Amino acid sequence: MKPPAFEYLAPRTLEQAVAALGAEDAKILAGGQSLVPMLNFRLLAPSLLVDITRIPGLDNVDDWDGGLRIGALTRHHALETSPLVRDRFPVLHAAMAEVAHLAIRNRGTIGGSLCHGDPAAELPGMAVLLDAQLQTTQRTIPAAEFYDGTLSTVLGADEILTDIMLPALPPGTGWGFEEFARRSGDFALAAVGVLIGGEVRIVAIGANEKPIRLLNAEALFNDASDIDAVAEAAGKEVSPEGDLHGSAEYRRHLVKVLTRRALRAAWERTS
Amino acid sequence: MIAVVVNGVSYERAVEPRMLLADFLRYELGLTGTHVGCEQGVCGACTVIMNGDSVRACLCFAVQADGAEIETVEGLGTVDDLNPLQQAFQEHHALQCGFCTPGMLMTGVDLLRKYPLATDREIREGLSGNLCRCTGYEHIVRAIRSVVGRSVVGRSVAGHER
Ligand SMILES: Cc1cc2nc3c(=O)[nH]c(=O)nc-3n(C[C@H](O)[C@H](O)[C@H](O)COP(=O)(O)OP(=O)(O)OC[C@H]3O[C@@H](n4cnc5c(N)ncnc54)[C@H](O)[C@@H]3O)c2cc1C
Ligand code: FES
Ligand code: FES
Repeated sequence: MKPPAFEYLAPRTLEQAVAALGAEDAKILAGGQSLVPMLNFRLLAPSLLVDITRIPGLDNVDDWDGGLRIGALTRHHALETSPLVRDRFPVLHAAMAEVAHLAIRNRGTIGGSLCHGDPAAELPGMAVLLDAQLQTTQRTIPAAEFYDGTLSTVLGADEILTDIMLPALPPGTGWGFEEFARRSGDFALAAVGVLIGGEVRIVAIGANEKPIRLLNAEALFNDASDIDAVAEAAGKEVSPEGDLHGSAEYRRHLVKVLTRRALRAAWERTS
Repeated sequence: MIAVVVNGVSYERAVEPRMLLADFLRYELGLTGTHVGCEQGVCGACTVIMNGDSVRACLCFAVQADGAEIETVEGLGTVDDLNPLQQAFQEHHALQCGFCTPGMLMTGVDLLRKYPLATDREIREGLSGNLCRCTGYEHIVRAIRSVVGRSVVGRSVAGHER
């Protein structure tokens, strides 16, 4: 189908963008790779689209005290190929390879993916795993508090995500990322990210209404001999819903298997 | 009013904000080589190259393309003077009905420019966002593989130095 009619603005500053978003039913447009399909399906009918991609300075990847500050307009392909991301957050580098297809990665932005909040998307899960701080035009929000449900964030209507800050990981942190999708580039049926550093962190993607840390499973981990027990607990800790791509039971099983693989990989990579 | 350069030709047009780039190319400019299958980013038939990057023309509004340089399948070559990738598609029987072909070609161009494509797996992953209901993909992979080895490709497969 074709999208419903709307007005269009492409402001050059954040101030102008925030002001424009004061209009009733205005919506932010970034890469458009989630929003435009919804418009084409007529699931949404905004009065105004505020295209933020002409605002300069929001697409850099910079040092942030040993970690990284990533501009919200950084395209997926830029993250996928960033040497800084590969060196400092190899788990994010690995996850980027699974995000959609090249033509979508060329347009889609990290800010758009985080704000869209698809429960099966890689970037929201990575933000939770890496304990990201999300800087908006109004405040800083920890990634773990950013979602209040499926496709729903705590952002106000005229609040723009501007930067994603990833704190440095302890030296020698091991990582693992495992995803299962029907076809390369499709949304995950389930995915699991693991870090073993000062603490162990396990995040499940596509298995709840939003990406979550599996705290019960994490608490069982001391060393490699616990991996099977932790994986078992991980499968029990998620509450996936079944759909035509896979039943709830199948997704639980996937989380168990993927957790085991990701933990093994992370354990082997610790130094 | 938007201004775009498509296959080296400049155009200025007034467009409604909701006009998709794919429809702009087809209906405003008459460039019907860009096909429209799903209008949800899934099939890849509408893939064009914008400022050097492959994009879904069904997930981009024409107004967003203001100031952009766009390459479509019409810019690759002509019937009498096929581009090497088009030639390879012909030689390897990489098309049957041809519906997916413009998207396959433009995706192929972007993949050849950006990735080493050392293995067939890489080519297959690169094409994973483009659906073909006829060929079974094997011949498309072979066509792209045959061009990876040629030195001309990767720099100016579409006659476009980057
Ligand atoms: C065929 C297909 C396959 C895909 N597969 C995957 C996949 O495997 N994994 C995956 O993770 N994603 C996938 N995607 C989605 C893709 O990653 C999108 O790029 C991403 O979800 C949205 O980013 P965007 O910049 O395009 O945002 P847009 O579509 O422009 O916006 C998305 C939402 O976020 C809001 N928004 C955007 N930027 C901001 C901001 N800075 N501040 C506040 N609100 C903002 C918008 O108002 C809108 O509600 C796929 C998409 C398609 C079409
Ligand atoms: S028509 Fe654009 S991806 Fe199918
Ligand atoms: S040749 Fe018919 S869809 Fe690909």
